[in-house]
Amino acid sequence: MGVANAKKGFKPGQEAIAKKGWLLAHKWLILRRLSQFSILALFIFSPWIAEKTEVWLIKGNLASSLTLDVIPLTDPYVLIQSILAGSWPVFTGVLGALIVAVFYFLVGGRVYCSWVCPINIVTDVAAWLRTKLKIKGGAQIGRNTRFWVLGFTLLLALITGSIAWELINPVSMVFRGLTFGMGFAWGVILAVFLLDFIVSRRAWCGSLCPVGAFYSLLGSQSMMRINAYQREQCDDCMDCFLVCPEQQIIKNPLNGAAKGFHSMITSSQCTNCGRCIDVCTEDVFRFETRIPFKKIPMLNQPSDSEKLTQTQEVVS
Amino acid sequence: MDNKRRKFIGDSLKTAGAVGVGSLVLGLYSGQSRALASQAIRPPGALAEDDFLGACVRCGLCVRDCPWDTLKLAQLFDPVALGTPYFTARKTPCEMCEDIPCVVACPTGALDHSLTDINDSRMGLAVVIDQEGCIAFQGLRCEVCYNVCPVQGKAITIETQTNNRTGMHAKFIPVVHSSDCTGCGKCEQACIVDGESAIKVMPLKLAASGGSPHYRQGWKEKEKAGGKSLVAPDAEHKFNLPEGVEYDYAGEGLIIKDKTKKPEAVSVPQLEQKTKDSPFSENPLDTLNKKGGL
Ligand code: SF4
Ligand code: SF4
Ligand code: SF4
Ligand code: SF4
Ligand code: SF4
Repeated sequence: MGVANAKKGFKPGQEAIAKKGWLLAHKWLILRRLSQFSILALFIFSPWIAEKTEVWLIKGNLASSLTLDVIPLTDPYVLIQSILAGSWPVFTGVLGALIVAVFYFLVGGRVYCSWVCPINIVTDVAAWLRTKLKIKGGAQIGRNTRFWVLGFTLLLALITGSIAWELINPVSMVFRGLTFGMGFAWGVILAVFLLDFIVSRRAWCGSLCPVGAFYSLLGSQSMMRINAYQREQCDDCMDCFLVCPEQQIIKNPLNGAAKGFHSMITSSQCTNCGRCIDVCTEDVFRFETRIPFKKIPMLNQPSDSEKLTQTQEVVS
Repeated sequence: MDNKRRKFIGDSLKTAGAVGVGSLVLGLYSGQSRALASQAIRPPGALAEDDFLGACVRCGLCVRDCPWDTLKLAQLFDPVALGTPYFTARKTPCEMCEDIPCVVACPTGALDHSLTDINDSRMGLAVVIDQEGCIAFQGLRCEVCYNVCPVQGKAITIETQTNNRTGMHAKFIPVVHSSDCTGCGKCEQACIVDGESAIKVMPLKLAASGGSPHYRQGWKEKEKAGGKSLVAPDAEHKFNLPEGVEYDYAGEGLIIKDKTKKPEAVSVPQLEQKTKDSPFSENPLDTLNKKGGL
């Protein structure tokens, strides 16, 4: 596999472009960027549109918003912090959080990451540059660090009685900056970029961000999943592995047939970005639905030692 | 197996430690960011600062619904907790909308939804903070703050003081009353002085003192008690005057009850020896009747 990489000079997706054409080889990426930018644009231009037409498409920001003056949406993570800090939201706040929670519960929690979050664009660019410039190595930050961070942000809200995390949360800072005035939030974008570019690959979204961690928990039973349904066609080009923001989750569903792993990527860390579908020349992957809480059967029982190395939560 | 487990526990502890230290720093920083700069005023109905920082999710819905573009969300390095709404009265005060759209929009309890009458809001308290700068204190007529105040005649009143410079004019001094001032900041915006305003809305915590409940105001107590003093009335001052003559200080002056006796006839032996070039009248009663001293 390493040989294949070396030959291609770290340009994942080249073969896919050659075989499927540029557009198809970027289908999901384009759709994702469209989604991210139109959500941003909607928030940015709504005040302006409202000035001309008196119709508010959407107001607020990702923390809490109101669509068409009717539908409330609230980020459940920030609302939970607020409740832990000792304050009870009004009805619209709770309703908004419920709507958001149900949505991500169904489509996949980290859909927030790859289809909504503005920071994702920054960290994607950093990862792309790293691959292009063949930068390897860097600090080792455990993938589970984000859950510690998540826990501590909740604890801080409880102890300090204020939403302390929001003082430094780059996700909301950047989105709020773009919609309400940037100020020095550019510096935060730069900091996240440098972290991912210099310190370690996918350091922020892959190891540290508690927002992503929260949404991954929320969507751990989601209906929408990537399935490596044609994994027997895989030619081990490793392109999917190179573009995936959570590399560790692909291995077992793709190559674990012999060990009994199901081909569906059930890890809650999958962001449903669909980039693996884009770059695969052999059409191994596709989006599929599953029934929440229904256990995905193993093909056969993995041995104890294999269980320990599993990074996903497939239960036999 | 055992090694793996040991490594796992070790790694977890390291991570927990690192994240814990980070959280500690953030916790301390959040404590510091509680101090709200005094020029930043929260929207109407905002909870006390500590509670507000726990409730507000920094969504900006209040900002969007403010028809006067009064509210702003704090940006990085503003002297206000990041992302929370505030306004700067000197630039754009709160217009005290009757329907209080900012409060209605808030999806959390950060802006208290039980506030339905904008006159009950207490965003801060106006203080004539620079009495040297306020032209009313210099004896000029201004009263601009008084005139723009939406709670006119109640939140600010004009009190007169003697202008000691001219000795014959009054100064028309603006006085703010915490019983009615909402802290909207209209006065601060309108104040005619250059640069910083002479009257400023300050956070209530800063502007309102604890009062002086241990002092009792005799005149008020008297009023409450239906005109009866709580203390024994002062003993009346006795002037050492001849019989049939009384002296009413700050009143009629000398009262001679027995008209047959001439006041001139009163002899004051010590003064009779005074020479003519003394600045004082020879008659001590002249001095006494000259109210207000020599
Ligand atoms: S992990 Fe955090 S920063 Fe990264 S895309 Fe998800 S929410 Fe955004
Ligand atoms: S009362 Fe009106 S002017 Fe004042 S902050 Fe609220 S919406 Fe803005
Ligand atoms: S609407 Fe409420 S929660 Fe949102 S920014 Fe304003 S005060 Fe905070
Ligand atoms: S802040 Fe000024 S204008 Fe507003 S109510 Fe108080 S005294 Fe009146
Ligand atoms: S507007 Fe300013 S200068 Fe004029 S009376 Fe009020 S505080 Fe004084």
